[in-house]
Amino acid sequence: MSVWNPFATVAETKAALDRKQVSASELAEHYLARAEALNPTLNAYVTLDRDKTLAEARAADARRASGDTAALLGVPVAHKDIYLIDGWRTTCGSRMLENFVAPYTSTVVANMAAAGMVTLGKLNMDEFAMGSSNETSYFGTVKNPWDLTRVPGGSSGGSAAAVAAGLAPASTGTDTGGSIRQPAMFCNLTGLKPTYGICSRYGIIAFASSLDQAGPFARTAEDCALLLNAMAGFDPHDATSLDRPREDYTRNLARPLAGLRIGLPREFFGEGVAPDIARAVDAALDVYRKLGATTVEISLPNVKYSVPAYYVVAPAEASSNLSRFDGVRYGHRAERYDDLLDLYKKSRAEGFGAEVKRRILIGTYVLSHGYYDAYYLQAGKLRRLIAEDFKRAYEVCDLVMGPTAPESAFAFGAKSDDPVKMYLNDIFTICANLTGQPAMSHPCGVDDSGQHVGMHIIGNYLDEARMLNAAHQFQRATDWHTRHPSI
Amino acid sequence: MAQWEIVIGLETHVQLTTQSKIFSGSSTAFGAAPNTQAAIVDLALPGALPVMNRGAVERAVRFGLAIGATINQRSIMARKNYFYPDLPKGYQISQFETPIVQGGGLTITLDDGATKFIELTRAHLEEDAGKLVHDLFEGQSGVDLNRAGTPLLEIVTEPVMRSAHEAIAYARALHNLVRYLDICDGNMQEGSFRCDVNVSVRPLGQTEFGTRREIKNLNSFKFMQQAIDYEVRWQIEQIEDGKKIVQATVLFNPDTGETRAMRTKEDAMDYRYFPDPDLPPLVITDAELERIRAALPELPAAKCARFASQYGLPAYDATLLSQDGATAAFYEATVGGGADAKLAANWMLGDLAAALNREELSIEQSPVGAAQLAGVIQRISDGTISHKIGKSVFEALWNGEGENADAIIDTRGLRQISDVGALERIVDEVLARSAAQIADYKAGKEKALMSIVGQVMKASQGKANPAQVNEIIRRRLG
Amino acid sequence: MSLTTQDIERIAHLARIAVTPSDVTDVQAKLAGIFQLIDEMQAVDTRGVEPMSHGLDMVLRLREDAVTETNQRDKFQRNAPAAADGYYLVPKVIE
Repeated sequence: MSVWNPFATVAETKAALDRKQVSASELAEHYLARAEALNPTLNAYVTLDRDKTLAEARAADARRASGDTAALLGVPVAHKDIYLIDGWRTTCGSRMLENFVAPYTSTVVANMAAAGMVTLGKLNMDEFAMGSSNETSYFGTVKNPWDLTRVPGGSSGGSAAAVAAGLAPASTGTDTGGSIRQPAMFCNLTGLKPTYGICSRYGIIAFASSLDQAGPFARTAEDCALLLNAMAGFDPHDATSLDRPREDYTRNLARPLAGLRIGLPREFFGEGVAPDIARAVDAALDVYRKLGATTVEISLPNVKYSVPAYYVVAPAEASSNLSRFDGVRYGHRAERYDDLLDLYKKSRAEGFGAEVKRRILIGTYVLSHGYYDAYYLQAGKLRRLIAEDFKRAYEVCDLVMGPTAPESAFAFGAKSDDPVKMYLNDIFTICANLTGQPAMSHPCGVDDSGQHVGMHIIGNYLDEARMLNAAHQFQRATDWHTRHPSI
Repeated sequence: MAQWEIVIGLETHVQLTTQSKIFSGSSTAFGAAPNTQAAIVDLALPGALPVMNRGAVERAVRFGLAIGATINQRSIMARKNYFYPDLPKGYQISQFETPIVQGGGLTITLDDGATKFIELTRAHLEEDAGKLVHDLFEGQSGVDLNRAGTPLLEIVTEPVMRSAHEAIAYARALHNLVRYLDICDGNMQEGSFRCDVNVSVRPLGQTEFGTRREIKNLNSFKFMQQAIDYEVRWQIEQIEDGKKIVQATVLFNPDTGETRAMRTKEDAMDYRYFPDPDLPPLVITDAELERIRAALPELPAAKCARFASQYGLPAYDATLLSQDGATAAFYEATVGGGADAKLAANWMLGDLAAALNREELSIEQSPVGAAQLAGVIQRISDGTISHKIGKSVFEALWNGEGENADAIIDTRGLRQISDVGALERIVDEVLARSAAQIADYKAGKEKALMSIVGQVMKASQGKANPAQVNEIIRRRLG
Repeated sequence: MSLTTQDIERIAHLARIAVTPSDVTDVQAKLAGIFQLIDEMQAVDTRGVEPMSHGLDMVLRLREDAVTETNQRDKFQRNAPAAADGYYLVPKVIE
């Protein structure tokens, strides 16, 4: 290895490994060294374990030497600290799990390991994935590598910052309401939330079970396709995993976009979107038109109820999912307590941060006696109405596009005192979680302050290959995605 | 003083006989060392997800079909949220609004032979909780999650029982049925079949129900009787003392024979049920339903009718022999082994039942098998031995003193003497020393004849055929 | 919809989270805004709409009844705050 470019794509890294220009061990050492040097500034990683990573890398090199041709053999990847990996501390960004060592490995990580990927470390995140700015982590905020005074987005802020800063060629995230797509925009990356059920949730700490979905962060759509090939697959351990044949998500990348119909929802381009963001998106749509796509205005009249429906469903499911953190079998237990009730209340009060507690309380309230019909049931019905809006839209278009977020990366503290403001940052991303459709964000420009703008693509169920094709063709025609911070 | 009417409804938790748990691949075997059968899902480790056991679903459907209930072909698994150390997830996966089994019922037979139809409200699938031990650690309770996730069918009746007797008859009938269907092992000591009894009282003639108290976790029919009796007396005394019954959950203490209210959980009523987002709707297709229906065993009522018609048994015998699967199978094996159908019924309800009762054994544990019993009955029927000798052959088999009836008859020389010449010799010997009895007989005293027959039987060591002996004596004295 | 301090205390108890009086005030103020947002959806007429929780309207997949797990107690209990003789320990519970 001469000098490795830390901003190389997964495809380039794989090619270099295939040509024996670099070994898995050299790559691991390179990214570990960068992470050790830059993490004190960025705080993207919660846990690095040099010995484990280098052992994995050596094993990958040995596999290569013995003729193993696994797709991504030796390519390093870092994982959001919500994925359990046997023997690795897994904190979920919480004091509750500060000392929790996972006793088993999540299916997605196991699939990626089978494809040959080497774990670089565990990435910082909003506590229990609840946040849009990475300011709720017990392990401190993550800095946006483009501007250290701004948030990287959330909840997968560490995942976005690490790749953007060249501390990993790719990473995993999870997306419950935009937690992959919004930080991808804030850090100028490509991020994909697949169709619900494509990636197993087994071994990923649950936030909201009917919304959570795993997905990749990378520099390019092509990389996302390669990563999704490794991550996806039916898992008998997850009753919501889709039992269908494996798919090659790279298969349509090279297709021209002639004839592609892009739907532009009126609701995504109205008030609330910063004008400079709207301009960047419009310019990107011109690129799509030049590539042969046509655009058509559509309407998704119920999508405006996404945020309220989400803030019922997600906290309700979270309040129940987080009941297992009771200080009995694992996790934080208070030092002093009078009795069992006191043990529960103190351990949970100490172990959870303010935002997590707030959402548990909201969820507990909306499920409590007499409120179920007005809240959870009503939200479920709105999910149906929103899904029907999209179904109608797909009669006249193939993909739906718009800005990923209404405003770009904001300064630390700008919204942390006003949860509603923070929640509204997810206004465009949430609908895809409520319906279970695939959605992604790719770099498409900058706003007046030089912050990055993401193009949000929502596709019909299981239409990831078409979305990746569109984004890939866009990236062949533009260079927004090739920019990286000088760090 | 007012006349009181007792109102009882039962909720029974039936552990299903699956090998593995309802949502995980952990073993359900009883009695393992603590937490050795508690895996990722059972411990509710972060990231764990439930995957439902087909065996549990099929057993629930089998039950529903057997009681003539509606099977909801689309039912919902729901989360019942509350905190307790034996509930690792902080919620129990159960069914709330849409259970898998709805309606149906069971006919019970009371001691006086009367029958009553007990309507069921529903039966739903859920997971069992773990166990707490309170006596092993100073000031602390130990949590063992081996039982957590064991599949349960909770079977709920309408409040239609009006006495402890009815409640126990229902519980017994249900206990028989679930074993018949092979969905539960029925082991009450190990907690496989646990009853919660809702009891209230009201003045006779009043239409509204009184306030009920729920007696939790009764695991024997005897305790159920004692607990209901105590609870009813207590409630009537309270009301007659002018006090109000407060809805409560109570525990029965077998040592004192009393019921005692549990510490009230003020939030017990707010379980925040909602559909479990980890488990999409449970759908049972028509084809699956038909497959399960086709594999159903013959049910007690049908079996009873068949026993009456096929074997010519009186209704009483047919009912008793068809009540549980093991007894019915034993009966049919005995008849299949060559025994006369009515004699087989008599033996099973008579000598065999008495012996099993005496030694507190179940029919499955009987030292005398169906083939052996058939052998005894066959030898009585074909005249090889008398009924009386048959009883001693049965005793010998019971005590393990021989392989089968024929072996015991041969080694002990118990074959009945039917040879006329041999019998005549014995009769003549007895008559020679029975002048007084002969005189009495001739004077018209029938009883004297019986005494002579008795002496002949004694002289033959019981092996003479009594009917033949009778005939020879009459001929000699004729 | 506005939540009273009693509401907050009740749900905090249900959720087993200790709250101080100042927590209650803070939470009350923040939840008020959130519920204002949530209550926007109350106006929608959803009569006759079947609720949805998973895209593609999934149905439950069942697994065959087989024991697939082995005893890993020691490994699992390494994360336990208090365990002895194979049991997890909690303060004595009186029923």
